[in-house]
Amino acid sequence: MEFVKAFVVGGLICVVGQLLVDLTKLTSARILVLFVLIGCLLGGLGVYDKLVEYAGAGASVPLPGFGSALAKGVKKAVDEQGLIGVLTGGLTAMAGGVTAAMAFGYLAALMFNPKAK
Amino acid sequence: MDQTVYSKKKYGEMVKEISPQSHILANCLRAFSVGGTICVLGQLLTVLFVRGGLSIDDARLLTSVTLIFVTVLLTGLGWYDKIGEHAGAGSFVPITGFANSIAAPAVEFKKEGLVLGVGAKMFVIAGPVIVYGTMASVLVGLVYYFLK
Repeated sequence: MEFVKAFVVGGLICVVGQLLVDLTKLTSARILVLFVLIGCLLGGLGVYDKLVEYAGAGASVPLPGFGSALAKGVKKAVDEQGLIGVLTGGLTAMAGGVTAAMAFGYLAALMFNPKAK
Repeated sequence: MDQTVYSKKKYGEMVKEISPQSHILANCLRAFSVGGTICVLGQLLTVLFVRGGLSIDDARLLTSVTLIFVTVLLTGLGWYDKIGEHAGAGSFVPITGFANSIAAPAVEFKKEGLVLGVGAKMFVIAGPVIVYGTMASVLVGLVYYFLK
C-alpha cells in the first residue's frame, strides 16, 4: 500500500509540473525553483511533513520534498542554536544531496564525453 | 540539463505543431507514470535502508544519494535525456531531475575547461534552486525564531 501511495502522490506532483510546462511558458528551471519554494513554505507550516508521513518517498523524492527538508532543517537548527540556526539550517539540510550531486556530477564530467544529438 | 532543456523544448514545439490539446493529457500520463515510478523506487530504497538499520531521516538521505548516483550515471551515458524527452516533468520534478541538471551541463561543458566549464556550468539550474531554497529557509527560520 505504501508503494501505491508513493506512486500516486509522486506521480500527481509531477503532473502539476507537467501542466505548468504545457499550459504556461515557465521553463523547467523556474518550475524547479517554484517547487522548492512551495515545499519550503509548506514545510515551514508543517503541512508537507504530513504528506511525507502519508506518501513517504512519493512526497520526499519530488523537489517540494527537498524544499520541505530545508524548512525542517532550519527549524531544527533554530531549536538548537537560536538565531545562528537561521543561517546554518538550510544549507546543512541540503548538504548531503547537493554534495552527492556535485561530486558524482564532477566525476561524470571526467569520465564521460558529451553525446552527439 | 541543457541537453534535456533543448531537446525538450524542441520536442514540445513539435508536439504543439502537430496538435495542441490532446497531447497535454498524454504528457501528463507519461509524467505521472515516470514520476510515480521514480518515487516507488525511492520508497523501495527507503524501506530497504530502514530494514538495514538506518533511521528514517538517514534512510531518506541515502535514498536521495542513491537516486542521484543512478541519475548521474544515466546522464553520463546519455540515457537520462531520452527518458526526459519521453517523461517531461516526470523526470525533472523528482530529485533525479536536480541531479541531472548538475551532471548534464558538467559533461556538456567540460570542453570549456574544468573551472569555468565544469565548475561553473554545473550550477546553471542547480544554482538558482539552491539560492532560492536557501533564501526561503532563512525566511522560514526567521519567522520560526520570532514566533515560537
